[in-house]
Amino acid sequence: MSVPSGQVKVAIRGVTRQFPTDEAAIEVLQDIDLEIREGELVCILGPSGCGKSTLLNIVAGFLEPTRGSVTIDGEPVVGPDRRRIFVFQERGVFPWLTVTGNVAFGLDGLGAAERSERVRHYIDLVGLRGFERAYPHELSGGMKQRLEVARAFAVSPDVLYLDEPFGALDSITRLTMRRELLRLWRAERKTILFVTHDIEESVQIADRVVVLTARPGRVRRIVEIDIAHPRDLSDPRYIELRDAIFAEIGLAHQI
Amino acid sequence: MLPLSFLLLVAVWHAAIVGSPGSLIPLPLDVVRGVGELLEQGLLVRYVVASLFRVTWGYLAGVFLAIPMGIVIGLSPRLDAALNPIIQILRPISPLAWIPIAILWFGVGDLSAIFLIFLASFFPMVVTSAQAVQQIDPVFLHAGRNFGLTKRRLIHRIVVPAVLPRILVGLRITLGVAWLVVVAAEMIAVSSGLGFLIVDARNAGDRYDLVIAGMVMIGLIGLGLDMAMRRLEQLPSTRWGFAR
Repeated sequence: MSVPSGQVKVAIRGVTRQFPTDEAAIEVLQDIDLEIREGELVCILGPSGCGKSTLLNIVAGFLEPTRGSVTIDGEPVVGPDRRRIFVFQERGVFPWLTVTGNVAFGLDGLGAAERSERVRHYIDLVGLRGFERAYPHELSGGMKQRLEVARAFAVSPDVLYLDEPFGALDSITRLTMRRELLRLWRAERKTILFVTHDIEESVQIADRVVVLTARPGRVRRIVEIDIAHPRDLSDPRYIELRDAIFAEIGLAHQI
Repeated sequence: MLPLSFLLLVAVWHAAIVGSPGSLIPLPLDVVRGVGELLEQGLLVRYVVASLFRVTWGYLAGVFLAIPMGIVIGLSPRLDAALNPIIQILRPISPLAWIPIAILWFGVGDLSAIFLIFLASFFPMVVTSAQAVQQIDPVFLHAGRNFGLTKRRLIHRIVVPAVLPRILVGLRITLGVAWLVVVAAEMIAVSSGLGFLIVDARNAGDRYDLVIAGMVMIGLIGLGLDMAMRRLEQLPSTRWGFAR
């Protein structure tokens, strides 16, 4: 149940990325090979500076790889695309638009009736009813993040890229947001690439966790999280997988 | 506190003049009478209108040309590299230094004064607009492209609203500068307006009551313009730019 057996959606092949500096090129990513199946939720996990955000930006078409390629549904990625929406940390909502204006942002092509119907649906879905006319600076961090997720879902993308989306939130809000994301994901079965440095987070939500090495980022190990949702955080299997990843990264989990 | 400090200023002014007989500086009450005299002769309204007329046209022409140009420069590093040195050389030249050239091109009259206001408005707004574009958080541009916006739509839906708060601040400060310049320009290039009033009152027999009446009017109108521009900053879609 937790591992969909769909066909390959995103194929990352031999992706290497260097950033030029005055001295020499710094290699941030090295030979990344990864396939993500349709409807799968994959976490890319690694220490800061390992290039996981760079990888996500390459897959989303904002950056070009130095070598290698990314294909989605067999087509090479050449730039950003409205079928695949990138969710930035809460900074991505447009502060000059209301909640409604933000959710409606990508819906120009629709008729007025369908547009307002969709806007209402997604505002409800992320629990922002009653805040339709509020501006982002009047919302909390968690609400802004939900707003950005709603804006992304509203255009019905096949793929969502989330770059440490809950990193700036407090720990309670973060837990709620994970549950909300899983609820939305189950309701609509998007393919999700989720970048995080939080081991617990990755084991709680992902079908598979891709552990990257420190710079240059390489795929160190791919861990399948074979636990059904909703996941019990005291389940021995959960603890076993979590500890395995802690060990993989070379951290004991006692403090 | 405001009316109190204002009363105090007037009281100190009054006391200082009373305490120094023979001073040419008038008492506060003389200034009030001076304003009344100007009102009676219909000069006050005429001069205020003349000054505002010049500011309005010079300022509007300046900012309407400067904002689009600044946005285009801000979006294009190549244009920026080409034009920025020219702008940076022209910008520190006070518009008043242009007076001889303005008179050469436009003669003595409204057009010269309007041209000086235009210069005073144009350069700061080009620079403000270009910098505002360059400082847009790239996340907004990425998000806009992600939703499939073409370059034109991106300018309309992301760039313009993103720079609006900074532009509004720039418009307010620039209007203040334009007001400073119109008064100075009127001292030389024309025969009406509040600047002219000040020079004329002195030349026509040391009427310092009218000189100070003119100064007070300039101050009050400048304050009024600034307050009116601040109201624009209350637009709901720009308040994010001013929130602390």
